[in-house]
Amino acid sequence: MSTIDNKIPAGPLAEKWSKHKAAIKVVSPANKRKLDVIVVGTGLAGASAAASLSELGYNVHAFCYQDSPRRAHSIAAQGGINAAKNYQNDNDSVYRLFYDTIKGGDYRAREANVYRLAEVSPLIIDQCVAQGVPFAREYGGLLDNRSFGGVLVSRTFYARGQTGQQLLLGAYSALNRQIAKGGVKMYTRHEMLDVVVKEGKARGIIARDMVTGQVKRFGAHAVVVATGGYGNVFFLSTNAMGCNGSAAWQCYKKGAWFGNPCFVQIHPTCIPVHGDQQSKLTLMSESLRNDGRCWVPKKKEDAEKLQKGLIKANDIPEEDRDFYLERRYPSYGNLVPRDVASRAAKERCDAGYGVNNTGLAVYLDFKYSIERLGKKVIEARYGNLFQMYEKITDVDPYTEPMQIYPAIHYSMGGLWVDYNLMTNIPGLYAIGEANFSDHGANRLGASALMQGLADGYFVLPYTIGDYLANEIMTPKIDTKAPEFDEAEKAVTGRLQQLFNIKGKEPVDYFHKKLGHIMWDYVGMSRNEAGLIKAIAMMKELKKEFWSNVRIPGEMNNVNPELEKAGRVADAIEMGILMAQDALDRNESCGGHFREESVSEDGEAQRNDEKFTYVSCWEYKGEQAEPVLHKEDLVFENIKLSQRSYK
Amino acid sequence: MADITLNKIYVKVWRQNSPKDSGRFETYEVENISQGSSFLEMLDILNDNLIREGKDPIAFDHDCREGICGMCSLYVNGRAHGPDRDITTCQLHMRKFKEGETITIEPWRAGAFPVIKDLIVDRTAFEKIQQAGGFVSVNTGGVPDGNAIPISKVDADEAMDAAACIGCGACVATCKNSSAMLFVAAKVSQFAKLPQGKVEGARRAKAMVAKMDELGFGGCTNTGACELECPKAISISHIARLNREYLVAKLAD
Repeated sequence: MSTIDNKIPAGPLAEKWSKHKAAIKVVSPANKRKLDVIVVGTGLAGASAAASLSELGYNVHAFCYQDSPRRAHSIAAQGGINAAKNYQNDNDSVYRLFYDTIKGGDYRAREANVYRLAEVSPLIIDQCVAQGVPFAREYGGLLDNRSFGGVLVSRTFYARGQTGQQLLLGAYSALNRQIAKGGVKMYTRHEMLDVVVKEGKARGIIARDMVTGQVKRFGAHAVVVATGGYGNVFFLSTNAMGCNGSAAWQCYKKGAWFGNPCFVQIHPTCIPVHGDQQSKLTLMSESLRNDGRCWVPKKKEDAEKLQKGLIKANDIPEEDRDFYLERRYPSYGNLVPRDVASRAAKERCDAGYGVNNTGLAVYLDFKYSIERLGKKVIEARYGNLFQMYEKITDVDPYTEPMQIYPAIHYSMGGLWVDYNLMTNIPGLYAIGEANFSDHGANRLGASALMQGLADGYFVLPYTIGDYLANEIMTPKIDTKAPEFDEAEKAVTGRLQQLFNIKGKEPVDYFHKKLGHIMWDYVGMSRNEAGLIKAIAMMKELKKEFWSNVRIPGEMNNVNPELEKAGRVADAIEMGILMAQDALDRNESCGGHFREESVSEDGEAQRNDEKFTYVSCWEYKGEQAEPVLHKEDLVFENIKLSQRSYK
Repeated sequence: MADITLNKIYVKVWRQNSPKDSGRFETYEVENISQGSSFLEMLDILNDNLIREGKDPIAFDHDCREGICGMCSLYVNGRAHGPDRDITTCQLHMRKFKEGETITIEPWRAGAFPVIKDLIVDRTAFEKIQQAGGFVSVNTGGVPDGNAIPISKVDADEAMDAAACIGCGACVATCKNSSAMLFVAAKVSQFAKLPQGKVEGARRAKAMVAKMDELGFGGCTNTGACELECPKAISISHIARLNREYLVAKLAD
């Protein structure tokens, strides 16, 4: 057994959270006023946490790199948010949501955390409705639901194809109310560049003002990192251009463990790559799989003709279409989880049946649902997504099938946290996508929004009190302390070092190179030889970066290249750790597919005997290799089984 | 989806090193751009060239590159978000441009949006308007069940139409008066259509309009230009609703 204390309370699963809440400390209103909390990132997790903590009375200092908290990338989530409301009377329950999430995550998440997530999920919907989030409704005036991949009930709440936007604007409005009241001091266009640890506790951050270039110190009694995921290590992903894992990486380098770095989600339905000028990939919501059918030609010669542009999708007769998901997974069909759908698309394309001029695309066809339901219904459900698709590709998806291909989307891995969402550095918390905790090896659709808001509205505001109750005698954090001097010096030193290289290649050159290595060897399919090769290539790339990058412009002005340089320098190191973790985990689970671990019928094969643990990586310095600690995952309520969606 | 390549285009772009700098246009050549590339990908390539030539790349705001974050804010060939309907700049593609064309790029021009650098403007004024009243005054927790208040589908849909605003500022940049009425109307109207928002509707309309006026945005003269250039096609009927809300609130004073 591992000796890692994850603070999971004893007792029956369904009582853990309420018993824990009753047992943890509460800070009095008079003392909350004296305590400062820094929240970095203003997506669903960060904005909801900052607003809720301010409502409770803490002094909150919130940071985002965009010009407004409303622009955090949660805004781009399309499909919906899950909640165990059972409004559809289809036998949904907290337990079923818990079970689906554990199973969807391929049994690599903690039971207690996931159960709590399911337990608080109904509260999120109530909260958002009260804020004026315009969820979709039935004609009777009640909330509407849709279904999503990997589940058999309808528990997903949505606001057209803009659910993330509406939920974020809800949290943003709550945040704005607190900013106006003076409870939150908001720092936009500020990027965190280090966390300050004093006497073993997180006591503040160093951030760069992205307008003036000034490097500043901020002190607080606790620091909350809500900075999202690290998908941009792959260069091409569905993340926003500015999304980065650097804040989490700085925490890691100050001693916080990184959990399951190799677990990234590859989303099956993205618009395919158009060429080497591409800067990012656009997601088409998974909800489309409710009404769209995935297919490729049955005959290789048809695929070849499609690739050469000699024929079009509609020229292929019905009997020559291979609905490969329905064929392989008759019970879930087009609604298998994301990892399964992604691999199935890759399998067909690798076998030569892919479409598009690249051969790296499959069809998602709405012809059948338009015939069944009429164009109007489909338009009402997905109108904005269809419009988005047409703007990008110049193809009308009402008359021709969409072309899709998998792309990097979400990071299940992240900073290791205990049940209180605190990292192993006291006073340093990680919430939302930035932590590793709830999705195991694969996240189910519509669960990211749920987790971000669960952490920010209903978990962290309670658990942080347990820590801060012991800090009420700590005076305001003095940012003149030597630890702040040192951290600021290191930050400015690194920025200066980047400038001084005066090499030949722009930052993107290195980022694209990194992306290719990651996609080829640490992407949808991984093997030992490839991972070893990737690590060596990235170590070489790191050297090249630090000797040949060119940063234009000035230090003390707006300088997007300087910002990118810091992020890419971190991303190269992150890529190495991801490959190391993938190398260690010689099993296929969720989004992590090891070619050495496959069942007889070609499906992913988990190895519960050897790998039922969370990988917790500890940084040991620039020259040393990181150390792997293992937190054993204990399943007391669910029996582990190989996932089957057949 | 094979696309044609543009051999050469010219980009005439506003360069301004800092808020105090007077600024000027500069023209650059860009070669070999696939028409399947997005407009911002074209700028990426131009910047890559500039960096390699030892010049300062063009600073512009962008983030999600899928038309929802509202960060990108370019005035292209005299139109907010460029020559297409219902899109943001990041959704604009090079197939909208011709071989040899000169494309003019400016930042949002409005007194309330000062230039920070090149094409980046300061939209903090929008934040201040939202902070003045763009919320329902509820704390976390202690709220009724989501289905406790039925809301007609028509009202919910209309609220959603208004709530689709991405806060980019195209309406302000387009308006000859630099009015922020469509932006303010979107928020006021969203809440006016929902029972949760109605409770403090009067206070909200007055506070947001007062803040808008204070920050130097102009008045609305009903030209309708904002609606045409709004990437989310938000209707000026929401401005009518804002006016009604505001008038009723003022009459009650």
